[in-house]
Amino acid sequence: MKVTIDAELCQGQGRCFAIAPDLFGFDDMGNGIVIGDGSLDESSLKLAQLAQANCPEHAIFIEE
Amino acid sequence: MTDQPLVKDFATDFDHLDPQWVNDPYPIWEDLRGRCPVAHTERFGGAWFPATHEGVSAVAKDTEHFTSRQVIISYTRPTDEDLPAPIGLAPPITSDPPFHVDARRLILPAFAPGPINALEPAIRELCNRLLDNLGDHEIVNAGDEYAQFIPPAVIAKMLGFPPEDEDFFREIIHNIISGADNQDDAERERRQAETEEYFNKQIQDHIDNPRDDLTTYLLNVELGGQKLQHDHVRGTMILILVAGIDTTWSAIGASIWHLAQNPDDLARLVNEPELMPVAIEEFLRFYAPVTMGRMVKEDFDFNGCPMKKDDWVLLGFPAANRDPAAFKDADKFIIDREENRHVAFGLGIHRCAGSNLARLELRIAIEEFIKRYPKFELANPEGVTWAAGQVRGPRNLPVKVLK
Ligand code: HEM
Repeated sequence: MKVTIDAELCQGQGRCFAIAPDLFGFDDMGNGIVIGDGSLDESSLKLAQLAQANCPEHAIFIEE
Repeated sequence: MTDQPLVKDFATDFDHLDPQWVNDPYPIWEDLRGRCPVAHTERFGGAWFPATHEGVSAVAKDTEHFTSRQVIISYTRPTDEDLPAPIGLAPPITSDPPFHVDARRLILPAFAPGPINALEPAIRELCNRLLDNLGDHEIVNAGDEYAQFIPPAVIAKMLGFPPEDEDFFREIIHNIISGADNQDDAERERRQAETEEYFNKQIQDHIDNPRDDLTTYLLNVELGGQKLQHDHVRGTMILILVAGIDTTWSAIGASIWHLAQNPDDLARLVNEPELMPVAIEEFLRFYAPVTMGRMVKEDFDFNGCPMKKDDWVLLGFPAANRDPAAFKDADKFIIDREENRHVAFGLGIHRCAGSNLARLELRIAIEEFIKRYPKFELANPEGVTWAAGQVRGPRNLPVKVLK
């Protein structure tokens, strides 16, 4: 499982890196970025889903 | 506030300056969502108001049909000549694509989490200084003596303005935000000139004495290989000042207003400080202070509404945040709400550039206030007044400190 951010949709709302700072960071513009390759285990999946459920721009995707 | 007749039907004659809307807009929006999701009015020369999350989102993301060249709705409608798209008077908020992205990228690095988080100790110290001044009176004014002072001091520091100008800033903000009041033209022009003069003076001072602050940064930064025109620099400085002050002060004030009336929520925050980040998002959802405006670019049909060129659209992020189609128990304040896709900072390309700063100020202001006063209630519930216009928050907010 893998989490990604669609950079076209992300507007830097800043919710993902507040909720899951181990999974998400930010670039110079304050837009969200995935840390590392975005691979998820069971516990990080929960956090990724929580970040996804809080992203106002619907910019976070989780692939099975 | 307005000398217009009182509104009888908000679906066909809405007015966000009407006393009923100013005092308690939430039942109005709920009613509209149920029967007429896009309200209309002939006031302001013609305006529309989508009351649902879906409608607000559609307008916010549609820069093809809606322009940002004037985002504060008033009785004076700009013509194409007054406000040249795509730049507008205060880039990037009044800019449209394709220019918008460049103006926005200029300021985003200054408001990214890195530089903003570095301000935390200074903001904490400021809050404590203000609380020291409030002292241990039984009644303290959490609006005029606390919330109101935090954002101007922080922004003045970022822009590198003399700290003693703070009172003047608040006047300037009042000048610009209250543009929707029925001021006469001469008075409006006088105030505008006063504002511009002040900024020109600051710009000149920064040219003569460059220093490490946002004003100097804006004077030196390059766009397409060229430094910015001074009009652009001034517009952006004014925008940052205006956009950052009464918005954040309203959010702080509304949060304190809530806690003063909900002792269980207050006790939870005092006892479980780790809840704060989640609580902050719920404060922002429930009491979202900022409503924006757009203008219709050309005649077109929006969800069955015949919109005409230059009609206004009132873009109600606060209404979207209360839409039950988008939020479970939308009308309930849930301090530990886990899923909260609120849109208090807007949606799409104009997402609040200052949101990291706003959140930081809001969190620290509340943390320090409840540390100092772990129990308080409204001293005079009827005496609380709410700002009219597109930024909503309590102004006069006396609270009684309980032992
Ligand atoms: C709780 C406090 C705040 C709220 C609720 C808020 C809300 C908003 C909203 C809804 C927008 C979108 C405008 C649109 O769609 O037309 C916006 C834009 C903006 N805000 Fe804020 N704001 C707050 C604080 C701040 C602060 C502290 C600053 C800076 C110091 C700031 C600077 C800006 C700027 C520069 C824009 C324009 C961004 C663009 O057009 O690309 N705001 N704000």
